[in-house]
Amino acid sequence: MIGAPNRIAKIDWISLVLYLSLMLIGWVMIYSAVYDEDHSNIFDLSQRYGKQLLWIVLALLLGFIVLLIDAKFFNALAIPIYILVMLMLVGVLLFGSTIAGSKSWFQIGGFAIQPAEFAKFATALALANYLGKLNRDMQKWQTQAIAFLIISLPALLILAQYDTGSAIVFGVFILVLYREGMSGAILVIGMIAAALFLITLYTDKYYVIIGLVVLFGLLLFFIKRNKSTILKLVSLLLIVSAFIFSVDYVFENVLEAHQKTRINVLLGLETDLMGAGYNVNQSKIAIGSGGLTGKGFLQGTQTKYNFVPEQSTDFIFCTVGEEYGFVGSTAVIVLYLMLFIRMILLAERQRSSFSRIYGYGITAVMFFHFAINIGMTIGLVPVIGIPLPFLSYGGSSLWAFSLMFFVFLKQDANRLNIL
Amino acid sequence: MINKNLSGRKRVIILVFSIVAIVFVVKLFFLQVVDQSYKLSSQNNVLRYITQYPARGKIYDRNGILMVYNEAAFDLLVVPQQVKKMDTSAFCRLLDIDQEIFSERLHKAKSYSRYRPSVFLEQITKEDYGYIAEKLYQFPGFYFQARTLRHYPQPIAAHVLGDVGEVNRANIDKDSYYKTGDYIGKSGIERFYEKDMRGHKGLKIVMVDVYNREKGSFQDGRYDTMPVSGSDLIMGLDAELQAYGEALMQGKTGSVVAIEPATGEILSLITSPSFDPNLLVGRIRGENYNKLQHDSLKPLINRAISGSYPPGSTFKMVNALVALQSGAITENTRFSCQGKLSRPIRCTHDHNSPLALLEAMENSCNPYFWNTFRSTLNNPKFPNHKDAYDFWFKLLGNMGLGHPFNTDIPFELSGNIPSRDYYDKLYRGSWNALTVRSLSIGQGEILLTPLQLANLAAIFSNQGFYYPPHLIRAIKNDTSYHSPFTEKIETGIDAKHFEIVKQSMLDVFEGDHGTARYYKIDSIRAAGKTGTVQNPHGEDHSMFIAFAPYDEPQIAIAVVVENAGYGSTWAAPIASLMMEKYLKGCSTRKALEKRMMEANFHQKTKKP
Ligand SMILES: [Zn+2]
Repeated sequence: MIGAPNRIAKIDWISLVLYLSLMLIGWVMIYSAVYDEDHSNIFDLSQRYGKQLLWIVLALLLGFIVLLIDAKFFNALAIPIYILVMLMLVGVLLFGSTIAGSKSWFQIGGFAIQPAEFAKFATALALANYLGKLNRDMQKWQTQAIAFLIISLPALLILAQYDTGSAIVFGVFILVLYREGMSGAILVIGMIAAALFLITLYTDKYYVIIGLVVLFGLLLFFIKRNKSTILKLVSLLLIVSAFIFSVDYVFENVLEAHQKTRINVLLGLETDLMGAGYNVNQSKIAIGSGGLTGKGFLQGTQTKYNFVPEQSTDFIFCTVGEEYGFVGSTAVIVLYLMLFIRMILLAERQRSSFSRIYGYGITAVMFFHFAINIGMTIGLVPVIGIPLPFLSYGGSSLWAFSLMFFVFLKQDANRLNIL
Repeated sequence: MINKNLSGRKRVIILVFSIVAIVFVVKLFFLQVVDQSYKLSSQNNVLRYITQYPARGKIYDRNGILMVYNEAAFDLLVVPQQVKKMDTSAFCRLLDIDQEIFSERLHKAKSYSRYRPSVFLEQITKEDYGYIAEKLYQFPGFYFQARTLRHYPQPIAAHVLGDVGEVNRANIDKDSYYKTGDYIGKSGIERFYEKDMRGHKGLKIVMVDVYNREKGSFQDGRYDTMPVSGSDLIMGLDAELQAYGEALMQGKTGSVVAIEPATGEILSLITSPSFDPNLLVGRIRGENYNKLQHDSLKPLINRAISGSYPPGSTFKMVNALVALQSGAITENTRFSCQGKLSRPIRCTHDHNSPLALLEAMENSCNPYFWNTFRSTLNNPKFPNHKDAYDFWFKLLGNMGLGHPFNTDIPFELSGNIPSRDYYDKLYRGSWNALTVRSLSIGQGEILLTPLQLANLAAIFSNQGFYYPPHLIRAIKNDTSYHSPFTEKIETGIDAKHFEIVKQSMLDVFEGDHGTARYYKIDSIRAAGKTGTVQNPHGEDHSMFIAFAPYDEPQIAIAVVVENAGYGSTWAAPIASLMMEKYLKGCSTRKALEKRMMEANFHQKTKKP
């Protein structure tokens, strides 16, 4: 028998310290973002910063419990957990409450919880469990199909809750499939499809097709012309055109008006003058005004003048940018990058495929959140409301990310016990 | 092993992560270090976010008469954090407010937010604005924001147009477009067409120096957005007819609803007593609303859509139509009438017996319609009387009875047509035609709204179909707009059955014994039906439905005057005057008009 202290002693301290630092930075930033002279005590539980501290303490407690649980438990229960969370996603569609336009919350008393946050964890577990079995061959189409099914089921259920942002996150699991042997070509094809999809929505479909015809014409001009290449090129052109028309058709005829509007706002085709577009402008002003070293702790004015309620949640990075400037924002980005790289290195040193795949899965999810969220606050990515891991205010997301993280730490601490 | 070959892929993934991080850092470098335009010129300068409120859409009547427009007003806003030490007594004198009010409002603003602006004093007139704005530089933290207030050139159609008020918590939670202090349509057209009429707010960011002076727009207006005005609406309502009807109904409680049968457009929707819509605008709104709410005559109730009345005799035609359609009777079917001795319902008129349908309608013979109703329910075509009742219920539903039309009139009530389930519960399953006999003469549980009654007149005039009665016909300068309420609805009753109903209604004006024969309109043939509704609480309600001209109906109308006695005395002449006004543009019967306008039932009922 190994006692609890021993179990904990083997954990990876580097990633734990990075995790803790990000969480504490988040807490201080939330304090700055919603600072109120009348409630200046950072421990005031009536304020968001006080509550966030409570969430942090509870997250650490949750982490500690996870570390005490047998590492094999998560692999063994991966599928039941996945099924349970899928049922919760269905349940939330039927019985959930609508907050901010998304029907994705369970309201228990004064407390709201979002199953979508935990779906990422469950999907990482299930994917790791499935792909981690011996003799899985990512080249086989059956394996790929089932893996895609595991990923797309929660994504579709979440999409049905009108929580487009959280649904998009599931796309990042492609990185895991790539790591596990799926052809890199699929990554490239996926990116091209996404690009075509966006171009089609941004411009007229006929322009896109004319452009493609010209492109293929030029190709024909420059390459060796024989029957089979011409045939291949023409059929490729037809497939791509069909894809473009189907995107257009789905968008125009299948989606309902409000869904179209969401996508249009997402793509910046429709400006939501007082909504999303406004937030980004404010966010850029705040970050830009931070300068090289920032205005200092509690000295940010733009973040406080801000009208947007998401100041402490989705737009928390603004406060970093305004109060700590380029130096502070870069430091936070570097902390994230270090955490992600460290986690990948940890994943690679696992003996069990389950642990490795799981590690990649959660790292990919965290990375995606990081990329989309910060990209959004500095105006590189359309506004997609997903939180910044560990920094954003909110219990559900903090616990979900902490749970993912500690389960991985536990797997890593236990790696030598696996033969 | 496969894994060995694949572990190289970690480098690709780490590379992807690093590229993203580098892109972010580079972008941040440009945003924060290279681009100086985001730095404010001085620490003391602050940004002020000014919401630019769009002009709310105007409302016109069917002839282009303006019924609602906007007038400028100004809200004085405060950002508590920017308020410096100042001469409060001078400030209070400037605004003409007490010191206590000053500290109370400043405290309220502070408790909302120190950094965000909140309204300090609302709806200051243009005149006061000019005077105050000149001196406002002495008081940092305070500034004006332009707003608009609704204004009504004519004091009519208050319930139709509806009112605009400040958003409440629920509105804000439901739609993130709204912020505290915004206006929203609370009732009527303002409520239903809120999204079309509100437009889109804009935002202007200006820099302000320590002396409360605007130093121009921030970053040359790069982040400013322009407000977009709301759409102007065109109603089917005829303002002149509405005003005329309101004048006819003054001093009376009740309702007049007129519909254009060929389109379903509402020509007038009158409820009485009403009020001047200008009373519910601006700073006087709250106080006036309170007063109206406590008025014993209940002027806030829109009786045209929420008043529910037993239809009485007007309903006999509905029963006749269902009986004809189901084959329970033909127009030649005769029933006998024993006058006052008739059972189970006695007759109140003297006439020949036995009699056929047309005569029965002209004499409003209760026994005839009891027999008609009984034949409908006991029609052997149906397995049992309850299934026959379902058929009756269904055809009534097709005629728009027992349910709201759900068009663009908020808060419309459904009236009441009792369902089979209702009676099954009430009589524990055992009931028949005799049990529910009062339905045969439009009494008992049956309740209709004036809007449903007017639509019934439209159905009669159209011989079997209608367009859902609605208020808005078009959006100005938007030819692509089509009202979603213009779908033709068939009642499922054959056009031929309406001939006899129309004939009987024509005789009400044209016949020698017609109840409205004294209210014939010169050179126009009209058709109508009187209803006198027994009111257990007092004098009977006077009711009349009609349409005209007989051959090419252009107006269908229902008039209800509460506690006014016989339908032929008050409701019929009002309907006649309204139809004449609409069809001819004026009235030739000045004496009748005067008598109607001057009749006052309120003094009679108001005395304690
Ligand atoms: Zn009789």
